[in-house]
Amino acid sequence: MNNELIIEIDNLTVDYPTENESVRALDGVDLKIYQHDFICVLGPSGCGKSTLLNVIAGFTRPSDGTFLMQGQPVAGPDRQRGVVFQSASLYPWMSVRKNVEFGPKIKGLPAAEINRIASHYLDQVHLLEVADQPPFQLSGGMKQRVALARALANEPAILLLDEPFGALDALTRIHMQQLVRKIWQEDQNTIFMITHDVDEALSLGTRLLVMSKSPGTIIQEFNVAFCDRVDERTGRVHVDADYLARREEILDLIDV
Amino acid sequence: MQNKKDFNKNHRMLTLLTWAFIFLVWFLITRFNLVSHLIVPSPGEVIQTFISIVKDGYNGISLWEHLGISMLRLLIASLLAIVTAVPLGLFSGYFSKVGAVVDSIVQFYRPLPPLAYYVVLILWLGIDESSKITLLYLAAFAPIYIACVSAVSNIRVEYLLSAKSLGASGKDLFFQIVFPACLPDIFTSIRTAVGVAYTTLVSAEMIAATSGLGWMVIDASRYLKSSVIFVGIIIMGISGVLIDQGLKALEKKIVFWKGYQ
Ligand SMILES: Nc1ncnc2c1ncn2[C@@H]1O[C@H](COP(=O)(O)OP(=O)(O)O)[C@@H](O)[C@H]1O
Ligand SMILES: [Mg+2]
Repeated sequence: MNNELIIEIDNLTVDYPTENESVRALDGVDLKIYQHDFICVLGPSGCGKSTLLNVIAGFTRPSDGTFLMQGQPVAGPDRQRGVVFQSASLYPWMSVRKNVEFGPKIKGLPAAEINRIASHYLDQVHLLEVADQPPFQLSGGMKQRVALARALANEPAILLLDEPFGALDALTRIHMQQLVRKIWQEDQNTIFMITHDVDEALSLGTRLLVMSKSPGTIIQEFNVAFCDRVDERTGRVHVDADYLARREEILDLIDV
Repeated sequence: MQNKKDFNKNHRMLTLLTWAFIFLVWFLITRFNLVSHLIVPSPGEVIQTFISIVKDGYNGISLWEHLGISMLRLLIASLLAIVTAVPLGLFSGYFSKVGAVVDSIVQFYRPLPPLAYYVVLILWLGIDESSKITLLYLAAFAPIYIACVSAVSNIRVEYLLSAKSLGASGKDLFFQIVFPACLPDIFTSIRTAVGVAYTTLVSAEMIAATSGLGWMVIDASRYLKSSVIFVGIIIMGISGVLIDQGLKALEKKIVFWKGYQ
């Protein structure tokens, strides 16, 4: 396990300017992300999870501290870091396929290559049959799968997911988790995912980060490997004493 | 689904009844001479006048020419407004500096009554077509421009952020995301704009025109030919509705995603 270091965050602080005084959303965050990490971030609402993701994506500038990607400072969003939001932000004027082709097309790849990439990732999220439909005809879970395929099509160095399954029903959610787990195992992606569901984090992640509110910072990290013990068929983790202990520990941390 | 159909059917019925009632009142007040024929001509007279105008034209110019010249003025002015107001409005919404330059000018002239600045336009451009078309153009410009500015600020942030994360440059972002994302609002504003321009058509044809639907109505009013006025107004009303229906059909085809996210 000596994977390549992708992202290095050191003493990161983010202040949001407001009318009277600024709000400190993140305070002294240190984080290193390595190739093939599956990071799940947990924490109470408003503790700065999305802010951290937005900094990594390049949407929000750090007020203080350093953020390096492959050794280089980041100027803004680019195709190295793919993002999926909680509510799918698919372009309704483009078909499902055109949405997935957007990144490769912008990159200026040849048409045949664009087509091949889109078909590959649409197939990976099991949506080839609806490729020519407009996205607004799809269910919530299907939309998130298109959003995932669209982000994957650029083959980014890291995938950033901000509560991607938060708006889905329980069953769809388990299917989505299975899908993401499979993609992560097959393609060896690096994933940084925010979730408010401890079981989701435990069944997917390799590193769980727990954050606290004021100061918004990472208070504890857990290295887990429950994702290797997931039932292929049901998509559920074999719950044992170890799992339950971890679960309790994390819930206690969040609940204070 | 069935309910919605019934609902629409009921509404269409109400619309028909409303117009039947208006015609009945019109017929009755003229039938029993409640008002002078000079003020309200009877339906029969109006139909006769219509037939004679269709056959012989008005003032030596056929009805189709009157209608045609008015529509041409409207069309040219609207097209000019669309090709200028859309890019300018989108730029103003996207780059606040452009907005700072253009916004206040539009805000200033928009509430002015068109006749007020028409006088100035005539002074500057003369009394022929250019001042007429400019008047309609200005009337159509403001609603499209303002809608474009606000459409840009209402674009879902996630649309823009996703595109940037997918590698879109400023140019890609503007043409492939901002423009299509604003299209639904642009279309609504075009319908408003064409409507507003149409309402100023009569003002534009009041001065120094020799043809056009608006001119026909104004000219008829000078000689108290009330049935011609009625024919003119009814034609303008119907053509206005038809234009809007046409734009609506176009909208449905081009902005097929309107109302969906
Ligand atoms: N654009 C913003 N302007 C001002 N304050 C913000 C902004 N975005 C987030 N905040 C504040 O920063 C804190 C962290 O927010 P966020 O990162 O969204 O938390 P989380 O995703 O963990 O719920 C919250 O107190 C929130 O109100
Ligand atoms: Mg959040």
